[in-house]
Amino acid sequence: MKFTLAWLREHLDTTASLVDIRERLTMLGLEVEGVSDPGESLRSFVVGHVVEAVQHPNADRLRVCKVDTGKGVIQVVCGAPNARTGMKGVFAPVGSVIPATGAVLKAGKIRGADSNGMLCSARELQLGEDHDGIIDLPADAGIGQPAAEALGVTDPVIEIKVTPNRGDCLGVRGIARDLAAAGVGTLKPLAIASTAGRYPSPIRWTHGYAAAPDSPCPIVAGRHFRGLKNGPSPDWLQRRLKAIGLRPISTLVDITNLVTFDLNRPLHVFDAAKVAGDLVMRQARAGETVLALDGKTYTLDESIAVIADSRAVHGIGGIMGGEETGVSESTTEMFLECAWFDPIRIAATGRRLGVQSDARYRFERGLDPESVFWGVEVATRLVLELCGGEASEIVESGVMPVRKRGFSLRADRVKTLTGIDVPAADTASILSRLGFEVAGSGPWTATVPSWRPDIVGEADLVEEVARVWSFDRIPTVSLPRLSATARPVRTAPQRRAPQARRALAARGLNEAVTWSFLPRAAAERFGGGAADLRLLNSIDATLDTMRPTPLPNLIDAARRNAARGLADPALFEVGPGYVNATPTGQRTIAAGLRTGAAVPRQWAGPSRAVDAFDAKADALAALAAVGAPVENLQTVAEAPDWYHPGRSGTLRLGDRAMAHFGELHPELAAAADFKGPVAAFEVFLDAPPPAKARATRARAKLALSAFQPVERDFAFVVEEKIAAEQVARAARNADKALVSAVRIFDVYAGKGVAPGHKSVAIAVTLQPVERTLTDAEIEAVSARIVAQVTKTTGASLRG
Amino acid sequence: MSDLATIRAEALSQVTAAADLGQLDAARVAVLGKKGTVTELMKTLGTLAPERRREFGAAVNALKGEIEAALDARRGALSGAALDARLAAERIDVTLPARPEAQGTLHPIGQVMDELAAIFGDMGFTWAEGPDIEDDWHNFTALNMPPDHPARQMQDTFYLPARADGTQMVLRTHTSPVQARTMLDPEVQRMLAGGGALRIIVPGRTFRIDNDATHTPMFHQVEGLVIDRTTHMGHLKGCLVDFCRAFFEVEDLPLRFRPSYFPFTEPSAEVDIGCSWKGGELKIGAGESWLEILGSGMVHPNVIANCGLDPTVYQGFAFGMGIDRIAMLKYGIPDLRAFFDADLRWLRHFGFSALDVPSLTGGLGR
Repeated sequence: MKFTLAWLREHLDTTASLVDIRERLTMLGLEVEGVSDPGESLRSFVVGHVVEAVQHPNADRLRVCKVDTGKGVIQVVCGAPNARTGMKGVFAPVGSVIPATGAVLKAGKIRGADSNGMLCSARELQLGEDHDGIIDLPADAGIGQPAAEALGVTDPVIEIKVTPNRGDCLGVRGIARDLAAAGVGTLKPLAIASTAGRYPSPIRWTHGYAAAPDSPCPIVAGRHFRGLKNGPSPDWLQRRLKAIGLRPISTLVDITNLVTFDLNRPLHVFDAAKVAGDLVMRQARAGETVLALDGKTYTLDESIAVIADSRAVHGIGGIMGGEETGVSESTTEMFLECAWFDPIRIAATGRRLGVQSDARYRFERGLDPESVFWGVEVATRLVLELCGGEASEIVESGVMPVRKRGFSLRADRVKTLTGIDVPAADTASILSRLGFEVAGSGPWTATVPSWRPDIVGEADLVEEVARVWSFDRIPTVSLPRLSATARPVRTAPQRRAPQARRALAARGLNEAVTWSFLPRAAAERFGGGAADLRLLNSIDATLDTMRPTPLPNLIDAARRNAARGLADPALFEVGPGYVNATPTGQRTIAAGLRTGAAVPRQWAGPSRAVDAFDAKADALAALAAVGAPVENLQTVAEAPDWYHPGRSGTLRLGDRAMAHFGELHPELAAAADFKGPVAAFEVFLDAPPPAKARATRARAKLALSAFQPVERDFAFVVEEKIAAEQVARAARNADKALVSAVRIFDVYAGKGVAPGHKSVAIAVTLQPVERTLTDAEIEAVSARIVAQVTKTTGASLRG
Repeated sequence: MSDLATIRAEALSQVTAAADLGQLDAARVAVLGKKGTVTELMKTLGTLAPERRREFGAAVNALKGEIEAALDARRGALSGAALDARLAAERIDVTLPARPEAQGTLHPIGQVMDELAAIFGDMGFTWAEGPDIEDDWHNFTALNMPPDHPARQMQDTFYLPARADGTQMVLRTHTSPVQARTMLDPEVQRMLAGGGALRIIVPGRTFRIDNDATHTPMFHQVEGLVIDRTTHMGHLKGCLVDFCRAFFEVEDLPLRFRPSYFPFTEPSAEVDIGCSWKGGELKIGAGESWLEILGSGMVHPNVIANCGLDPTVYQGFAFGMGIDRIAMLKYGIPDLRAFFDADLRWLRHFGFSALDVPSLTGGLGR
């Protein structure tokens, strides 16, 4: 919402400075977004008196002028046909920046004559289109006076942001009222005199809606005018509209715009000669069309209120009038429409039709219903004053939509809700100045003014008092402590995400955050894409489905990084995967991938490409970090089909999947332009069971053996399909008391091992607890290990 | 006697001439070995007359001792040289780089969430979470935005298909639905009824249809909610002043509370922090400008009632701020879109070490 300082002062009697007004507006909740001073760009320009203008000796069309600038007489060469001795114009001294071109004015010689400045045209100063001659200022302009003053362009333009609840401040008067309430001057009385009709209106209002307060248009009024002379509006009106960025059109249209921005009362004017019969406010018929004033044709439906005559629709109620019955310079008869529309339906219509207008903007925020009557009178005065003619009697149809509403305000409520102590007298006086009718002396009953539909309860009254009293006066009170020392912020399950993040970053992966959505095809490839997870209104097809896992977005991110020439991207994300659209259908997944070399090319040894075991290590690290019992996990050679079927696995606890890991399916890796393998993992952070509650933080007793452990190596030949872990597990189970660790240190297939078989070499650590083992005991345990492995895996001891 | 002198001269010259420990050992064997020259002399002692034996024996023993000393000296010299040679041969080029190790990083969003946890945790808040896919009721209706409320259009919402029971699913446009989920929790209601205080922060992903230079369709918010019987706007102010000063690490950071409008709070305030743009660079602290950082207010009585609490008994405040935004302001990150682009150069530059766990006592920012 834009307005000028002078305009504000028409409603507000104040001596406050612009700086003060600006500050108070913001602190009233009418945030000032900008103040522009149109005189700013003319700061160096002054009124110059042309004391002499003579023909240029060397150029027919140029004149050499001597200009008195108030600080001396300066010679200027000027090409304007109207430059003449005795005139007053706008003088730009050397060094000025010409607003239209941005050029800095330099001293120079024009066809041999010195020129030390410039006399300017309206266009050069961006004050108009006129470039036929230089600006001809009135004779009483003071020599050397700032040009902005002489031109009357000193009125600062203020732009405020009006929150959706404050429709009443979409008119200058509403803003003035708030400022007056806050003590920035007093609100000037607004005298609205009624004009008696001189004849019955030949056009009457009829209503297609029931006369009910909740109808889309409960009330409409208007009146007929005749004998009008429409044309360009007077200067003051044009200047006012231009100052806030509106284009003057004709007096009648400009009047409607003035009343809209001055008093927040949108109006519409019909060329009465083009209206056939009476006007009706009714529901549109499906498929009806109207060519609106914005030059577009809108197809309407039954949810939309329209203004129509016996032939056609001539306006979209509360949004925009029709082109066909619009007024023109030749209009002599006019019908004025002034109505009140239901805000919710206006908003819906505006959205449906995709049309924005000053009227819609105001109606959808809720307008003062009483303005229907005074709006007609205000417009009448302006029309008669500026266009002559006479007005008919007022015609109206419908009922007033709202009744007076009152709310009580407890005496201590401002204090208990905001902490501010506002004296009772001030509380009442603030509310009255805002237009409330206040009864009582605390508690009070405040009757809401008709222009404040946003006030719906006591809390709103508190806000009115507090904001006018100023939020600066709210005390600053630290929250009382609930406990002497801080308690944990996150529960154990909530700590898992940060734990996993730090564990993975510690392993050299870079954390990314990627969109929760992705293209549907990607969702489907990674096990998602169900219908309930597809967005109905996505931004584009690349972001139309909720992701089942962060992995595909990470693959894409790694591809982009590789394409930028960054070596071996290794990324992870701890974030949501969506299983279904219910509140419990979301799980937290720590997903990651490594590409290229696990060990890059280096001087100290051979390089190595990433493989499934890098991903396995990542997955185990994340699981360990969140407290999963990693020693009890089982690795099975199964994983979803976005992994390489022979090079991937699942870490399970019992039958629950804790994580998948492995090489990404080579097709997917190739599709993302990766030449080599991509190692990927997905850890389900909600999957590990919660740690058992323990009475103390004390650790289990540490039992250390005093006796030397013994390590024995075994090599078994097993069938290729036997999992190495089975061999290790069998060895571990051979003597649970004595075997403290089993390490697989070599796996070999090839020469010396039968085809279809492999050799698995393990190192078994035996840890006696009671005494040192004898050779015979070691032999006995070894035999048990061999027997157990042989029995469970079909292995034979390698010769 | 000349025999003895000859042997001595030969032996000592052999020892001196030995170029390495092998030659020295050969010299030792030649002199003191089983058939060594000195050993042979010793063997002759038995054949000599007692006086002669005593005299000659002493001379041979002296010679033996002298040679042994020469051997030891030479051995010492030779092994020192051998060690020197070995060490010289073992020289490496220490200017070679250490073996490469990838440096992992944490994304600023997670790091800032941990900072939020540290600060608000100290003020007695606990962490609350809720689903990204919300139903229309929790996202809007409960928060005083009934189906026709114009404020629903203030937030461009992503919609998902309606569920079988007719509930319209949306991507939550703010973290505020967790306010409702928390207040509706019977355990929380029991705690409040018993005179307790609810203080939660709700960080998380939020979504709006917006995709331009300064908006992304997904962003992060943190919601704060305090409900009890006495908390007023002064506490809201105190809480946010305390938070902003701790977070931005500026002791005297000024804050400005401006009246504003949100459907779920009344009164509502927007909060600005002081800043300066001198030299074209943003500096947070007392200065000539204000920077808007969050919206807040006293929880609207309708919201309290919608969540099953009596608004004549309970009151409190709520606030919401952009995690990405405060991260940008604190760490001088210029572009919001880059947060979600996963450009490794960005992640490494703006990221944090895994060991940098923020805490109030250990230090917050890095």
